[in-house]
Order: sequence, then structure tokens, then C-alpha cells
Amino acid sequence: MTLAQNDVPRILIADDEAPARQRLRDLLDECRERFPLTIVDEARNGREVLDVLNREKVDIVLLDIRMPEIDGMEAARHIAGMANPPAIIFTTAFDSYAIKAFEVNAIDYLLKPIRLERLLAALNKARAAAPPSREALDAAANQPRRHLSVHERGKIHLVPVAEILYLRAELKYVTVRTVEREYLVEESLTRLEEEFGEAFVRVHRNCLVARHAVAGFARNAEESESGWAVVIKGTGEKLPVSRRQHHVVKQFR
Amino acid sequence: MGNVASINQTAAGIRLPNFCNLGIMLRSLVVVNLLLAAAAVMRAPRLAAAPFEFVLLAAFTEPVLIASLFALCGARRLLHALGYPRSIAAVAAFELAVSWAAWRGVGSLFPDYAGVPFPRIGALVLFATGVTLAYFDLRARALVPAIADARIQALQARIRPHFLYNSINAVISLIRSEPRRAERALEDMADLFRVLMSENRTLAPISEEVELARQYLAIESLRLGERLRVSWRIDAMPGDALVPPLVLQPLVENAVYHGIEPSPEGGEVSIEVRRDGPQLVMTLVNPVPAGSRSPAGNRMAIANIRERLQLHFDAEASMKSEVDEGSYRVTIRMPYLTGAA
Repeated sequence: MTLAQNDVPRILIADDEAPARQRLRDLLDECRERFPLTIVDEARNGREVLDVLNREKVDIVLLDIRMPEIDGMEAARHIAGMANPPAIIFTTAFDSYAIKAFEVNAIDYLLKPIRLERLLAALNKARAAAPPSREALDAAANQPRRHLSVHERGKIHLVPVAEILYLRAELKYVTVRTVEREYLVEESLTRLEEEFGEAFVRVHRNCLVARHAVAGFARNAEESESGWAVVIKGTGEKLPVSRRQHHVVKQFR
Repeated sequence: MGNVASINQTAAGIRLPNFCNLGIMLRSLVVVNLLLAAAAVMRAPRLAAAPFEFVLLAAFTEPVLIASLFALCGARRLLHALGYPRSIAAVAAFELAVSWAAWRGVGSLFPDYAGVPFPRIGALVLFATGVTLAYFDLRARALVPAIADARIQALQARIRPHFLYNSINAVISLIRSEPRRAERALEDMADLFRVLMSENRTLAPISEEVELARQYLAIESLRLGERLRVSWRIDAMPGDALVPPLVLQPLVENAVYHGIEPSPEGGEVSIEVRRDGPQLVMTLVNPVPAGSRSPAGNRMAIANIRERLQLHFDAEASMKSEVDEGSYRVTIRMPYLTGAA
């Protein structure tokens, strides 16, 4: 999303360290003359960033990479799924991996301590260019996300990956099942398998089951090609196991 | 002689090993007994008689060997003061004297036992002494580059760039609002980096290590605020105990990096230093944040400190790390040494 020229960009500062947030505030105040702006709020971790975005209109997020719980990288990947995502400018003191990945994927970042001129340039660029794409961010990330994001009515809802029982592909979407309810996410099952492969097992062309959610296997000759169904812990659902994935049944015995 | 504190064999020159060190003692025992075993096999008329020959030889050799090791340990200051070539001559002369005394002793106990003439025993004793010292010489030469490498490696492992840049950033943010605090933070950083950049070959008092860790934590608490809580248990600490420099600060840094920073609420780092008889014990505990991704990240610093402990104390120091009930604990034990001892 690019901004109309006369809008004053609304900026969110995200960093877990108070002095770093203060420093950005000071710098942004100095930018005002040449780059009018509003500071919307401050966030101390990725979760707070998403909370603010659910509440307020934000145009640019100054996003620290290393933050507790949900880090900047993961927050950015959730943000990129929004209908009108804000621009993101990553900030980092030192992270050789991330910096290399940003260079490769043409994602903008600032090195701390941040210089006023560099910040101004980045703000101008963020105003003009499109925010980093979901694909670029996925490619730059080196760790699986801890959550999947569900985008409902402009709000981001996070589902912890650890709570997912199974993922089932249907047409355009993937159904995410937890003990409480189901969600729809816009992801591809293949990509999810690549990202979370260790924690999930494929039982069918269209279904990944969390290893911790496998209660056992039951005979199911009618619906399933292999004659087996996997029983889900917590809900008791029985999902068919395909003939190709029949080896999974033995693997769990 | 202040150099007791130095690494057993320093790069400045090869010296006699420190015979008080358990590892050196064990190695001497192994080398001499291997020679003895070889001699036993050669002397035995049949292979089956070799163990008997070995016992016979050992009855004469072991008392000489053990007495020598204790004497060499006691006389190590004197030997170091002589310099390397002269100390070798002194050791050789001493070994001859001890074995002569033993030979006389055996001779008077068993007058009818037709002993081997002393010149032959003396030659063998000199040979065994030479082989043992040559082994230690070779080992020391092999270790000298290792020590230099370890130092560079230690330096690189210690300065986490993440810490440096984040601290500079924190200080910059303080300059306008709280210049006095910014000054103090820079002073702490200067002290810290002075030690980080210096050549840390000789042992330093534990009290200095504790002060360094305190300065480091003061800088970190600038950034982390109330998330970082520290509990010191050093009432029973012998402040004069000598330890390898930078044995504590990197561990504290690890605790903050892996135990405090990944958690939104933070947590407590607890540091205990106490004396346990002949040993100095350091214990460091930090929380393991839920869903922590890399408890393995600690290994680098841990391996580095373990290596340096080994270079300084050989088998006499130990370090273990364990995870239980959501906390990570590192315990280091090393000999309690003071400059005066």
C-alpha cells in the first residue's frame, strides 16, 4: 500500500528494550521537520505489535528482529497476510543471518545504533515502495513460525502451532483444527509441511496430523483406502489414512 | 614466584611441568609403568612370567617414582627458579640419588639377593627420566600453539557483537535524558573491554571476576530494565582465590542472552561462589524460557571455558551443565589457589 501524499504516516515503534524505543522516539522527533509523522504507539514484542495493528491504523512499523516470544521476523510474516499491510522497516543491532537474508531478498533494514539520515531514507522508501512480500519474508526467515495467523474481518488472530491437532487442505484454504474450534488459513499444505515437517505427519494427500495429537489408529474399511483411520487426541475424530501413507500406521506402533 | 598462576606451559618458553598437577602425575605414572611393562616382557623367559617380572620391577620402581613425584611437587618453585636446562639436570641428579638410596635399601634388606650393579640401574633410571621429560616437552610444544589459538578463539567467543551494538545503542539513548547514567555506563564498558582485550594468561583473583560480572550486568540492566534480576550469593566467597580470567562473565552473558532476553517477563540470574575444602565452586542458574529454541546455543561459550579450565588445571577442574525444572545450571569446580600458597 502506498500513501496518498498528504497523509501523515502513522508509525509504530517495536522493540523489547526501553532505551532502544526511546532512541527511536528521539530520532523520529527529529525527522518530523523533513518527514511529518505521527507516532501511534510502542510495542515490546511481536504479540503487542499485532494487538496494536488490530486496534489502530498503522502505515509503517519499525520492527526489531530479536524480541521475546514472537520475534520481529515472525510478526512480519503474520503482518504480510493482512489485506492492507503496513510497511515494515526492520531494525537490528547485530544478526548476521538476518542481514544476509534481507540482502538476498531485498528487504529494507536499519542497523542499530540508527543514524538520522538512514532512518529518513528508509521512511521515504517505505512510503513509496510496496511492503515486503510474504514470499520474501518466508524466504528470509530461518525458523518456523510459532503461530499461524488467521485473518478475519481485518483482524489478526494467532493460533499457536503447538495447539494444532491437524491441518486439512480444502480447495483454496487449509482448515486448522484445535481442541476448541476450526480456523481457515490461506496457506498451502505443502508449504506448511516444509515449515513444520518435524512436528506433523502426513496421513493423506490433503491432511497433516500433529504427532502429539495421534491417539491411535482404528480400522476403517469404508472411508479409507488403506483400511485405517488415525484417531485424534482430544476430539476423537477419525481421519482416513491413504494407501500411500499406510506406512505411518506401522511407524507409530 | 607469581607465575604459579600461569598456564602450566606458557608460550614464553617450555618449562618443567607442574608436578603438583594431578594430570601430570598420572601421565608420569603411566609413562614409567609402560616402560616397566616393556622391560618386564623383555626380561621374562616366557611370556606367562612377564606379570611376575613386572611386579618384581615395580616393587623397586614404584616407591622411587612416587617419592620423586612428591619431591618434585614440593620443589617446583626451586626448579622453576633454576630455568629449564638446569632444572632438567637437577631432576636427573635427584632421580639418581633417590634410586641409589632405594638400591642401598633393598641391598641391606636382602643381603643375599645378588642385585644388579648400580651403574646399570642408574642408566635405566636416567633413561626413564629422559623419556618422561621428553614426553612432557613434546606435549608442551604441541600445546603452545593450542594456547595461542584458544586465546584468540576465547576472545572472539566472548565479545558477542549483539551485546556491543545493543549497549552502544542503549548508551546513545541515555545521553540526552540522563547524561550521568550514560557516563557511568561507558565507564563500565571501558573496564569490561579492557579486560576482554587484554592478554589473559595469568590467573586473576575471583573478586576481580565478580566485579567484572557486576559491571557487565549493570550495562545489561540498562537495556533490559526490570526484566533482569540478579541474585548474588558470595558471602562465603574467598576473594583471594585465583581463577582463569573471564571464567565468570561469559557465563553470566550466556545466562542473560539465553535465559532472560527471550522472555517478556524476564527472570532471575543467580550466581554463587563458595569454597568447598580444597576447591572453589561457582554455580550459575538461569531460567529456561518456555518454548526456548536453542538450549544448544550455550555450548560455544561452555566449550570455550571448559578448554581454558583444562589448559590451566588439567584434570583438576571440572565443569558441568544441566537443565532441570525450567532452569539451566552450570557448576564449575577448580582447585582453590591463592597467590600466597
